[in-house]
Amino acid sequence: MLLLDRHGRKDDSFAQLENGKKIAGKAPLVPLAALEAQLAAQGGAPLGVLVENNVRTAELEPYFGKLALIAIRFPSATDGRGFSLARQLRERGFIGVLRASGPLFSDQFPQALACGFDEVEIPDANAARQPVEQWLAARDRITLAYQHENGLGESILELRRARTLEKNLTGAKNV
Amino acid sequence: MYRYDEFDERLVRERVAQFASQVERRVAGALTEEEFRPLRLKNGLYLQLHAYMLRIAVPYGTLHARQLRQLAHIADVYDRGYGHFTTRQNLQFNWPKLKDVPAILGLLADVEMHCIQSSGNCIRNVTADHFSGVAHDELEDPRPVAELLRQWSSLHPEFEWLGRKFKIAVTGAAQDRAVLKSHDVGVRILRDPTTQQVGYQILVGGGLGRTPMVGRILREFLPREKLLSYLEAVLRVYNLEGRRDNKYKARIKILVHEIGIDAIRAKVEAEFAAIDSGRTDVDAQEFARIAAFFAPPAYESLPDVSRKLEQAQASDEELAHFVEHNLFRHKQRGYTALTISLKPVGQAPGDATSHQMRVIADLAEKYSFDEARVSHAQNIVLPHVRLDDVPEIFAVLRAEGLGTPNVGLLTDILACPGLDYCALATARSIPVAQALAEHFADPAKQKEIGDFSIKISGCINACGHHHVGNIGILGLEKKGAESYQITIGGDPGENYALGELLGPGLPAELVPEAVDRVVAVYLARREPGESFIEAYRRLGLAPFKAAFKEIADAVA
Repeated sequence: MLLLDRHGRKDDSFAQLENGKKIAGKAPLVPLAALEAQLAAQGGAPLGVLVENNVRTAELEPYFGKLALIAIRFPSATDGRGFSLARQLRERGFIGVLRASGPLFSDQFPQALACGFDEVEIPDANAARQPVEQWLAARDRITLAYQHENGLGESILELRRARTLEKNLTGAKNV
Repeated sequence: MYRYDEFDERLVRERVAQFASQVERRVAGALTEEEFRPLRLKNGLYLQLHAYMLRIAVPYGTLHARQLRQLAHIADVYDRGYGHFTTRQNLQFNWPKLKDVPAILGLLADVEMHCIQSSGNCIRNVTADHFSGVAHDELEDPRPVAELLRQWSSLHPEFEWLGRKFKIAVTGAAQDRAVLKSHDVGVRILRDPTTQQVGYQILVGGGLGRTPMVGRILREFLPREKLLSYLEAVLRVYNLEGRRDNKYKARIKILVHEIGIDAIRAKVEAEFAAIDSGRTDVDAQEFARIAAFFAPPAYESLPDVSRKLEQAQASDEELAHFVEHNLFRHKQRGYTALTISLKPVGQAPGDATSHQMRVIADLAEKYSFDEARVSHAQNIVLPHVRLDDVPEIFAVLRAEGLGTPNVGLLTDILACPGLDYCALATARSIPVAQALAEHFADPAKQKEIGDFSIKISGCINACGHHHVGNIGILGLEKKGAESYQITIGGDPGENYALGELLGPGLPAELVPEAVDRVVAVYLARREPGESFIEAYRRLGLAPFKAAFKEIADAVA
């Protein structure tokens, strides 16, 4: 598996349990069904949950403050439910790490970032075809967006407002 | 017309470079065919039966002369000298080469055009009434809303990977010329009866295809500033809840059908309430900036009636026919919206040669404030023509084979590309349209029949809108042969209706005769002033079915 964020490859500080046991040095990443039990065992230590893309935001909302990471599984690259789910989690107030986990490809990286994902975890076979450099290049190919939530910075609307303001200021100076 | 600013332009340029990179990475193997396919589709590039097809977005069907000339240039250099105007107001080229596509996209960007989201499972090109801004029955020009939606939906990061395509249409007129009820979402500009405020009625869940469904009212009245946040909620509910297990059941219409309009309304309203609408609301200043591009042109003050046109008609019967059928009443006195029919007898509906595109560009520039429109009926409209200029325009059109006076008549046939081009098709459409046009070629006969629509699809995906044709023709494949199912009574307008089946499928050569029999029932039994569709509604299916049966029995 390759894990990367907007800056490049990163080490995974989370790991799924093996035979019900935590991996040393890693925070546990558990399915939603095991979340309650693991929370009790954790005693406040960092914890992540791995969810399918048809989970309801309302099911996760009670745990927002207790979760360091939510990983959303993408069963395929073209199943875009995870993008809306991520957006919804962010809008409802989740501020921990959001991970997209599955066979996404590099051209989807800017979309994932714009929807509120911090990082993407892809299978090795995909990473072999599309190494980290391709993901970083894909991130920067489109530098503008009409939408507010864009992972880039100011939207085109905000840029237009700034331009108008600048013009008005220049106009005022010239008078 | 809307003009790009530096940001619109840069975005489109970057998109061209992005696609060039995608092609390179596909060739190098970094992208698999499975990964590349949706990327090329979102750039309008299909793999057809014989070659690639490139679909160019014509937002809400609006074009100026420079754009038309550029399309003509592309047709000459990269295609076979013609293009095909589609039922979604777009333009398709049928023979481009993959290696040329980035260059074509660059040429399009030079004239503020693109292929973004003209295909693929995303929000498609937004369509609008082709008489926007000029129609006498209009409350408000829908193009500013359509342009706002074009920008909002372009490369929307959350909605690039929907379960299926998503089509939006807008109208601001009393009569629905944008077929709102066939769209995933329809936006109707209207005035709230109590507050008199202008806002939107939102329809959802319409669609043709293999499961035709009529759009339902999702929201009776939406305040203007809430349009984008509300649509964001609709799209999010669809993206999260729409079916993903079967692509034929993945459109929002199936979700509406399965959970019910009330349930989907409740979900959308809940999401709408939760969305941080302050950030996604429509910015009034930005809307005003866009709307300013669509201000009416500098019309002259003219009398209602043109003596010049009246005199010319008196001595030219063809011109008189043209005036009768191809002009549409304009808001502005002394002006008309003139429709150029791309349905001359014997030609593929919606096709235009590069030469014809240039002729239309010249006419638009000289007589229509540099504007032309593509209609969903696959014709071209010159929206702002002085009545005085109609004789001169008609003279040019007639000389170029563009003067067919058949708008809204039987030979103004709408047809998909069918098995002549399309990889999905089960039968040919174009030859059936041509045969029908030839059968009913006599202008006097067409005039006698009056308003009549034939719509032909070459497969159940219904790109030819056959469900809403007065006569709908669906081409299927039965035991290795083409077979055509005929429906009657479809209507895309205010009295929206899906057609009903007349009987078993027929071979292509019997289709004109079958339509003739149906027409004969109408002519024999109509009341004075009654149109075909009105007569059908009064008489019901039975007499038409009986007449059709005589033909069907002859085959069986």
